[in-house]
Amino acid sequence: MTTEEIIRPENLVYRKPELLNDVPMHYCPGCSHGMVHKLVAEVIAEMGMTEKTIAISPVGCAVFAYKYIDVDWQEAAHGRAPALASAVKRLWPDRLVFTYQGDGDLACIGTGETIHAINRGENIAIIFINNAIYGMTGGQMAPTTLLGMKTATCPYGRDVHLHGYPLKITEIAALLDGSCYVTRQAVHTVAAILKAKKAIRKAFDYSMQGRGASLVEIVSTCSTSWKMTPEKANRWMEENMFPFYPLGDLKDSKP
Amino acid sequence: MKGNEAIAHAAIRTGCDGYFGYPITPQSEILETLAAEKPWETTGMVVLQAESETASINMVYGGAASGKRVMTSSSSPGISLMQEGISYMAGAELPALIVNVSRGGPGLGTIQPSQADYFQTVKGGGHGDYRLITLAPASVQEMADFVDLAFTLAFRYRNPAMILSDGAIGQMMEKVVLPEYRPRRTEEEIAAGCPWATTGRKGLRSPNIITSLGLRSEEMEAINLRLQAKYREIERKEVRYEEYLTSDAEYLIVAFGSAARISKKVTSLAREAGIKAGLLRPITLWPFPSERIASLCGQVKGILSLEINAGQMVEDIRLAAGGRIPVRWYGRLGGIIPEPEEVLEELKKIAAL
Repeated sequence: MTTEEIIRPENLVYRKPELLNDVPMHYCPGCSHGMVHKLVAEVIAEMGMTEKTIAISPVGCAVFAYKYIDVDWQEAAHGRAPALASAVKRLWPDRLVFTYQGDGDLACIGTGETIHAINRGENIAIIFINNAIYGMTGGQMAPTTLLGMKTATCPYGRDVHLHGYPLKITEIAALLDGSCYVTRQAVHTVAAILKAKKAIRKAFDYSMQGRGASLVEIVSTCSTSWKMTPEKANRWMEENMFPFYPLGDLKDSKP
Repeated sequence: MKGNEAIAHAAIRTGCDGYFGYPITPQSEILETLAAEKPWETTGMVVLQAESETASINMVYGGAASGKRVMTSSSSPGISLMQEGISYMAGAELPALIVNVSRGGPGLGTIQPSQADYFQTVKGGGHGDYRLITLAPASVQEMADFVDLAFTLAFRYRNPAMILSDGAIGQMMEKVVLPEYRPRRTEEEIAAGCPWATTGRKGLRSPNIITSLGLRSEEMEAINLRLQAKYREIERKEVRYEEYLTSDAEYLIVAFGSAARISKKVTSLAREAGIKAGLLRPITLWPFPSERIASLCGQVKGILSLEINAGQMVEDIRLAAGGRIPVRWYGRLGGIIPEPEEVLEELKKIAAL
């Protein structure tokens, strides 16, 4: 095939989602954010909610999510996205309102906002990228850092006596009466990506049906801060992250 | 009714879309009144008790970013917790109302009235170069009136506005004429009035992004310069103050809020004692009536700043006076309201200089 033939519409086998902006992403090679952005962009378009979406970005690597997904965005202070989303959804009940947050943002500085927004049963969806590390600030210990895992602020490995235990906030979310759908997914294989997309779609659907708060955790890689190649990071995630953060639905309150 | 109740009723009547707050004395009646009035059943106003003042102010950020008329209220320690959100709102240029029914600090302090949050409010209690439009009510009537005024100014300049009151005005009961009912703005009105708001890309317009982030230095400097230009415009156009017996005054008391009420009494006592005293009451604490104070310095022989704090506004008065006449401070701390007689003694000391 020539280049001209390849780019003909009838030969198209794959393309960028219409809501993913055609700009270079700042994410590192092998980072899970790009894939999750793509899924979120696809789901919004497939739901026909482009004109009715108000998204909230965090402080962390995804702070610039608003540059990549072509909808209205509010950029929140560190950890506060669920508070913004709570107000926005109550003030605009027919809008799709979701937050996109990392583990430091959601499970550390924003634990209070996360738990209370979910517990109030706000009709919002929370996309939670858990890579067990602070990526943007250069690889410091996160609340979700595994025991023994080395980071810039636990260079000898996370020690329970020094640093406490990794926080399973998704399990906490599932216990709260205000949550309707809590799931843990990954995007390291094609099968996982398809499942993750379905999970995001379900969370967004439940939000629009007014069934309460949804949390979709995506167990993710951070090859830069983990100091691994993308391929090795994926393997390390499977071998180390999945046993502690097992994939699957934790809660799905069917109507 | 109480000053706090007046705030709540005025909010409902003037088309407020949402209130987000956390209980703290001496202002909990605002949330309590709203909860009892159930405006979500009448005007459609959202009322939500948040898990903290931090959450409250960030709910206000979210609501304001979507073009809604939203507010919160708290008292001094809670307002301290909100400073992060206020700075973010100033940076993202979001209009909203924050009510501070202040109490004595520092720390947990006292639940009694205080004006010790003057610096925090007008000098920027959060990080970065920003200004907060600040209205200081001196009566229950002004508590009611300033809700709409604060929202009007906030939306005119896309800037957060604060009503800086205190526990005395919040708890005091006076007769009040509440504003006429006005419906909340429709979606179309919000889209027309706030084309920047994140409401969803209706008609597939280009996305609206609300952020206070500008990573590149040049970009952030440009944002700051734009903010500063806006602040200068507000300083030129929005100064508000009230004068009392200043036309022939030889000595001037400058006081706001509760202290201004006491000061009115002091001017009468002073005139009975043969001292021609007048009162200038700043209604906007920022922008501050510096020019008017400067011009009065050509007329009066001395200024007394009466504040229920350890002397904060007196610094702005001295800047305005530029060393031309004596400017002194008097006040009480810890939630004690100064008596007119003790203030008169301070005024006599200035007159004797």
